Amino acid sequence: MSIEQREARQPWILLTPALTAIVLLLIVPLMFIIVYSFWLKSAAGADTPGFFLDNWQEALTDPFYRDILLNTLKIAAVTTVACALLGYPAAYFIARSKGNRLVLLVLLMLPFWISYIIRTMSWINILGVSGALNSAMIWIGVIDEPIQMLYNETTVILGLVHFLLPFMVLNIFVSLEGIDTNLEDAANSLGATRWQGFLQVTLPLSLPGLAAGGLLCFVLAAGTYITPVILGGPRDAMFANLVYEAIIRQLNWPLGSALSLMLLVVLGVLVLIYNRYLGMAQLAKGLG
Amino acid sequence: MSAVSLSNIVKRFGDYTAVHQMSLDIEEGSFVTLLGPSGCGKTTTLRMIAGLLDPSEGEIAIKGKRVNDVPIHKRNLGLVFQNYALFPHKTVADNVAFGLNYRNVGKEEARRKVAEALELVQLPDLGARYPKELSGGQQQRIALARAIVIEPDVLLLDEPLSALDANLREDMRVELKRIQQSIGVTTVFVTHDQTEALAMSDQIIVMSEGRVEQIGAPEEVYNTPATEFVAQFLGASNLLSAKCTAVEGGEIELDLPSFPRIVIPGERAPGVAGTGPVRLVIRAEKLHLHPAGSTAEGMLNVDAIVENVDYQGQSARYFLRVGDHQMQAINMIEDHPFAAGAKVALRFRAKDCAALPVETNP
Repeated sequence: MSIEQREARQPWILLTPALTAIVLLLIVPLMFIIVYSFWLKSAAGADTPGFFLDNWQEALTDPFYRDILLNTLKIAAVTTVACALLGYPAAYFIARSKGNRLVLLVLLMLPFWISYIIRTMSWINILGVSGALNSAMIWIGVIDEPIQMLYNETTVILGLVHFLLPFMVLNIFVSLEGIDTNLEDAANSLGATRWQGFLQVTLPLSLPGLAAGGLLCFVLAAGTYITPVILGGPRDAMFANLVYEAIIRQLNWPLGSALSLMLLVVLGVLVLIYNRYLGMAQLAKGLG
Repeated sequence: MSAVSLSNIVKRFGDYTAVHQMSLDIEEGSFVTLLGPSGCGKTTTLRMIAGLLDPSEGEIAIKGKRVNDVPIHKRNLGLVFQNYALFPHKTVADNVAFGLNYRNVGKEEARRKVAEALELVQLPDLGARYPKELSGGQQQRIALARAIVIEPDVLLLDEPLSALDANLREDMRVELKRIQQSIGVTTVFVTHDQTEALAMSDQIIVMSEGRVEQIGAPEEVYNTPATEFVAQFLGASNLLSAKCTAVEGGEIELDLPSFPRIVIPGERAPGVAGTGPVRLVIRAEKLHLHPAGSTAEGMLNVDAIVENVDYQGQSARYFLRVGDHQMQAINMIEDHPFAAGAKVALRFRAKDCAALPVETNP
């Protein structure tokens, strides 16, 4: 075998383990789900194999599913914007701090050492009827009776922001770190104030990180089902909760499959649109 | 009134003092170089003038006005960095126009000024390109255009040529000097490269360990180094221990083993006050090698042995032994260089020598 042939083969050899894992653990199960979505759940318990459009018809026409899907996307969008607004200043601060950057990054990672479920449940101790906030307000005398602050859409968003903020901060941090600090100095020397220099130079150059963080937050938020279960009320179900409900509670695998594919397609299309207009390639233009 | 004046500037980073009590006056329109090895405080000094660092003590004035408390964006300075620091997401024209956006310049006038600046750096057709599409030399010209288009009071250049490869660096050196002279802007240039400093400057400030070692015109700094550091940093010098035996009639008499008596003019030894131990400085290129046994009138002659030869094409650097002294000489090569081990006659003029007082290390 010539050197060229060997070199042409090398990337494929290196990719084999990852490709194997993706095919076996992602592509194959996805195929099963697609096939399942066309089966029929029968009252007897055993599903009827075949090509039926009933599940899809129900998923696509029932306004119940449509409303929850739209609300899920809204919650994901609000969460993403909140993460961006809270995460950008933090990422900027870490990227520009000299001595203690490593400590700050470790602190940022620290929440990942604790289970996501435990972290989400911690809000019950803070916002619950006998939680820290209520106790404190009663002690000060602002209120006489504890207020029910939990189990609504706001606490769901709060929990999601809590969960997703580190992803946003890390993505923005990485892109800020790649920006030469001389650029801001150059902008300032040319007459731009620090704020003008930031808007003209640093912010546009950090957009790829902001966009990547935003995409990650949006997709993760839109697919979540634990947070609404723990922090949401009975009417705050998100779309993934419907999938869970159909498959685990009602044992209706065909309908659950159709619903989960629906979410997958909607998110996939949104990612494609996002990539088209705020795409990484577009943003990376001019960055060399 | 000087364009830039520093008085008793001190810069400390924690316990470390980067610049000690520096005072300096830079004349309007001149090209001044801060020269020294890395860590000597030259870039720190430049960044203090720019307003990127605050001095710990002392005062900085630009055109007679104290600027210690003036933020960088109000100082009206042109700043050029070693890594160009062009805005990668803006076109060349937008890069050059950047500073004009913060000045009261109309659109039409801005376009004209950008075109003029690009013309001046001889890249008039690149306005629509992005920085990454340009070569390093072109990027540095654009960075220069961006800095001068705002008509700065002072142009500050932080090692602007160091990232370029050798041939390009020489071209850019000439180019930079031409542009500076054509617009007459006061320029402060930071470099560790003595060739750049000698070729471009009206005045060189040699720095070492946060202190100014010498301030003078290139020829002055080169020919009459004020300290051992300057003698060794600029060019290849031989520093020999000698004894001053007499100071008479503006002349200084030096005595050292293996050499004849050397009488040098007093202006070549301004720091030597009286008799006693001194350091004799002879530039490597002022020592001429000739076949052994030959002598010449009006020159000092010494026997030497070539220990090693560093062949450099048009010239050669010889490592010599004269008695107990190790010396270096750099000569142009005619026909063939002398070989290692050869006995040679070493000739030099007394007036090419300089003498320094012996430095007592604190």
